[in-house]
Amino acid sequence: MPDLLTSLRKTQVWKSIFRHGPPNTTRNRTLVVLTNFFLHLHPVKVRKSGIRLSYTWCMGGLTFFLFLVETITGLLLMFYYRPTAEFAFQDIMALREHVALGLMREMHRWGAHAMVITVWLHMYRVFLTGSYKPPREFNWNVGVILLVLTLLLSFTGYLLPWDQLAIWAVTVGTNMARATPFLGHEGPGAALLQLGGVNLVHAGDDVRFALLSGRFVGEATLLRFYVLHCVGFPLVAATLMAVHFWRVRKDGGISGPL
Amino acid sequence: MVDAIKNFVNALSNPTVYFFLTIVGLWAYLQFRKQLTHPISAWLFLLGSVAFFIFSMFDPTFRSVVTKPDNVPIVIMLGLVLYLTWLGLRRAVLNDELMKRGEANLEAKESKDRVFTWPDLVYTELICMVLCTAALVVWSIVLRAPLEEPAAPARTPNPSKAPWYFLGLQEMLVYYDPWIAGVVLPSLIIVGLMAIPYLDRNPKGNGYYTFEERPFAIAFFMFGFLILWVSLVVLGTFLRGPNWSFFGPFQPWDIHFLEPLVNVNLSEYFWVRGLGAPLPANAILRELPGIALIVAYFALVPPLLLSTSKLFRSYFLELGAARYATFIMLLLVEMSLPIKMVLRWTINLKYVVAFPEYFFNI
Repeated sequence: MPDLLTSLRKTQVWKSIFRHGPPNTTRNRTLVVLTNFFLHLHPVKVRKSGIRLSYTWCMGGLTFFLFLVETITGLLLMFYYRPTAEFAFQDIMALREHVALGLMREMHRWGAHAMVITVWLHMYRVFLTGSYKPPREFNWNVGVILLVLTLLLSFTGYLLPWDQLAIWAVTVGTNMARATPFLGHEGPGAALLQLGGVNLVHAGDDVRFALLSGRFVGEATLLRFYVLHCVGFPLVAATLMAVHFWRVRKDGGISGPL
Repeated sequence: MVDAIKNFVNALSNPTVYFFLTIVGLWAYLQFRKQLTHPISAWLFLLGSVAFFIFSMFDPTFRSVVTKPDNVPIVIMLGLVLYLTWLGLRRAVLNDELMKRGEANLEAKESKDRVFTWPDLVYTELICMVLCTAALVVWSIVLRAPLEEPAAPARTPNPSKAPWYFLGLQEMLVYYDPWIAGVVLPSLIIVGLMAIPYLDRNPKGNGYYTFEERPFAIAFFMFGFLILWVSLVVLGTFLRGPNWSFFGPFQPWDIHFLEPLVNVNLSEYFWVRGLGAPLPANAILRELPGIALIVAYFALVPPLLLSTSKLFRSYFLELGAARYATFIMLLLVEMSLPIKMVLRWTINLKYVVAFPEYFFNI
């Protein structure tokens, strides 16, 4: 086996991909990180205290990993799912009943729940170690937005199975929007916004209507949530994650005593 | 015997007692952290919880609620939160002892050492990913994702619950109207979280676990996260049944059980019960006592804290007027939730200020 690997390393194909020898010398261990697109997210060397599991709990890394799991399983689910009132439930039913050993929906759902938990715990750890303190104030803020995005991703996904659990959870969740001050038709101040005795804010144009694309959770809501869930929020989240990781590096790497 | 234990636990998990116990528990855990984070205490606590969990799983009501597929994550979260709270506080206690003796803390001892990302960090990440994937696959095989009947907009289930991570907010709806519980408070949670790095000017405790160097910050965050968020999620999921009535963990969910609503507005308390007069017809006059109370809360408590508390005076000097004002306003808004909860439980207070015609109720 080792001989095979050694001779493989000598081929032109291998050398065209990895431009360094086996990572057992200082020089090559540096090159592994520097010459690899995916690994260069990391610095070449890290604080020994900063990579202990008892320090980081690995919750930030797991959150990112679960985001990748969600992307892959979600992509596979998109092949079989149509976001319409006619087909949505049927397609989920078919995934459940007709796919032998099908695990993708299960992994997608439990992965989503797990991601909500890991992102909370990541924030908890960052607080307990005071890692939001200067110079990392801004990155904590990016993290808070990512936390909100995680919840929004999970919430929009909750509607897609189009079963009783889905539409009522989303109904309860979005009912709050009608009470938004001035912008929701049952919010304080909305009744004051009148023009010639006609209410400007009503059930047909308030912030909840914009959210649901209707007066109640219907087919238009399903499409809207689907697009946000599969395209809108993931794009924003991926962009902010790039900023988040970049800033971790720029702000001095994983936090540690100064 | 078994019934007696169950009735006792049911009584303990009444919202009033439950909330009170979680606060006392957190206070005791922080106060006696040296003894309580000792590994022996931690093992005893773990054994006790596991024993209670196994005992409870024999109860059909408890089992049906806990094993509901979408509730399983909450059980996992609860276990993780308790374990990691212990771990973080344990390291804080060890670090505090080290630093008191003038030694470097656990993180500082190793922070000068630099190790190569390959292999030290990359392999740790790989192992975490493999374990996470294995756990997720096993979880997915053992437990199917829930799928209920097809959506039927005309049939409202009872109880109707938001996704579990929003149940803390849904629980707040008992005490506040949707515009506060569903819009203002969530927005302020986000704003408050984002403001933390700019309001906490204490340079200590950056990059290592400690409690004694920043006791107020840690205690305050734990109060917000553990009590007002996690424990309310648990309460909303496991202890709220049909009609959002409260049910003990061993109390079957009876769909016909309805608690009578006997909540009273402050205006009623002031005018009718206090002065023996009818409610004034003028709405502003009617709500004047409540408005005065709220204005007093936000205007008088900050200077009162400044003049009586050494801690807050030092914060004022450290933060300056603008930061201190932001800090104290966020603090007062956050504390208004437990205050309103206690007022609801003790004197059935419904609204402090109520203008139902404008949907403006506090």
